[in-house]
Amino acid sequence: MRPSAVRLLNILVPIKRAVDYAVKIRVNPEQTGIDLNVKHSMNPFDEIAVEEAIRIRERLKDAVKSIKVVTIGPPKSAETLRTALAMGADSAIHVEIPESAPAPEPLGVAKTLKALIERQKEGVDVVILGKQAIDDDAGQTGQMLAGLMGWSQATFASKVEVDPEQKIANITREIDGGLEELRCKFPVIITTDLRQVHLHVSTKPRYASLPNIMKAKKKPVEKLTAAEIGVDLTPRLETIKVTEPPKRVGGGKVASVDELLARLKEAGVTGKRA
Amino acid sequence: MLKARIPLLNRVLARSYATAASPHALVFLEHHQGDLDSASLSALTAASQLGGQVTGLVVGSSEEVPSVVEKAKKLNGLTTLLHCASPQYSTLLPETVSPLFEKLLSQNSPFTHVVSAHSSSAKSILPRVAAKLDVPAVSDITSLEHDAASGSTTFTRPIYAGNAISTVRASSSIPIKFFTVRSTAFAAAGAGDAAESEVKALDSVEVRVVSGGRALKNAETFQSTLYPLADALGAAVGASRAAVDAGYADNSLQVGQTGKVVAPELYMALGISGAIQHLAGMKDSKLIVAINKDPDAPIFQVADVGLVADLFEVVPELVEKLKQ
Repeated sequence: MRPSAVRLLNILVPIKRAVDYAVKIRVNPEQTGIDLNVKHSMNPFDEIAVEEAIRIRERLKDAVKSIKVVTIGPPKSAETLRTALAMGADSAIHVEIPESAPAPEPLGVAKTLKALIERQKEGVDVVILGKQAIDDDAGQTGQMLAGLMGWSQATFASKVEVDPEQKIANITREIDGGLEELRCKFPVIITTDLRQVHLHVSTKPRYASLPNIMKAKKKPVEKLTAAEIGVDLTPRLETIKVTEPPKRVGGGKVASVDELLARLKEAGVTGKRA
Repeated sequence: MLKARIPLLNRVLARSYATAASPHALVFLEHHQGDLDSASLSALTAASQLGGQVTGLVVGSSEEVPSVVEKAKKLNGLTTLLHCASPQYSTLLPETVSPLFEKLLSQNSPFTHVVSAHSSSAKSILPRVAAKLDVPAVSDITSLEHDAASGSTTFTRPIYAGNAISTVRASSSIPIKFFTVRSTAFAAAGAGDAAESEVKALDSVEVRVVSGGRALKNAETFQSTLYPLADALGAAVGASRAAVDAGYADNSLQVGQTGKVVAPELYMALGISGAIQHLAGMKDSKLIVAINKDPDAPIFQVADVGLVADLFEVVPELVEKLKQ
């Protein structure tokens, strides 16, 4: 035991390719899902996860040995991996699933990540994920992975401080009604919230510069299939249909405050007498 | 330490368990400053819509739980109320609460559904438990329908930030269906005067236990040696029968055949020889560590990690290094 020895951190960042957040989505006529023939990009929460990993390296320099990104998805997800590599990750793993395959569920993804972690010869100290994907909005994968690994977890993190020597992470979490600070021992699973971006414009996920995009093309991407790592990604929940939410219809405009008050009264809304 | 109580629980609940299709929901009732969270009351309404029994679960510190239980037992729609108070639950860390859920839900569990609000606390805990039980979870549901004949439950939930509604079915192949409830989609359950649910206390499930035996000499050294280590590990304290009989520790701490049965992640036996009766109470622990002066102590036959040493020398060293 040499507590002063610099711990070489290995960080894993799972990311997902999702329909771009700005796209107005449309349910397909068969009601089996949504029209996916639209712009895709990295899940915004995952971008923050990648950014956070890179910042940890910027703070700790050589103490971070590797930042590995991983995605489970169709061939096109490779673009998402390249984006993360261009942001500053070192290498990538792509667990490829056929274009036509149904989207894996969080439990399947968590099992795949567990299998991948177990394959890492140097181990994994910190896993940083987005708190949820903006397509399925499940928000489960990080917690499930923590459960499967038996590791500590810090969800909805808005601030992460890693101490590689003590092998601990101090994390500020967004919880209902406030913030909470946690201290977790390595290995730890962290899921990121958006807070940092809202607070400081300067902490937005970085754009990849052209030279970095060129460099990213040379970074290693390991390709695997679910079968190769012995994981079954078949969904266990059956999606019966996907529908449009009920449309709200505007009720017209009123001409004066009195009319507005009349409408409010009609709806049973009255003022409180002092 | 739940193990000892579970058979009792099952017996009581077995009456309604005869028909497998009958749903029985476990609702995680969250509370804040002595009051039930209204989002949890919405989750209770959703659970009632499954059409079966509903058991509530209140977890927290010993200061909070009693007053919450008083309020919760009067809730409409609740058949049974389980509660569990322990200092380790004063902050609901998923790492410490998950084992309690796992105990409740494993082995002959009567529960078919696990329900909570889509709150930051429940969102952190439920998926972790679901993964341990190898079942998927459904987040943030806005409606549900249970088909008792087939044992399947159909949920609707918003996806793509609410721009689409997905209808998903969890079939009977998923033995326990986990879901979190969008509170705005269900009215909060109210309290009625008529029915009071049956209230039962549960023992907390310790994740780590540090246990001492007769070698600790007296009550004072038992405390001064064991407690700093337990603090450093975030562990509960246990004792062997010998230590209890000699008056070093309270009866309630006894681990063994006649005491409590524990199966923590880590069980540290300090100065415990390892009599069969003691082993009966802790041999299912995930990792057993033994520190004993006697290299022939039977405890070393079951310990994953053994250290032959004087515990008064090594425990302070251990505490010191754990703090680093």
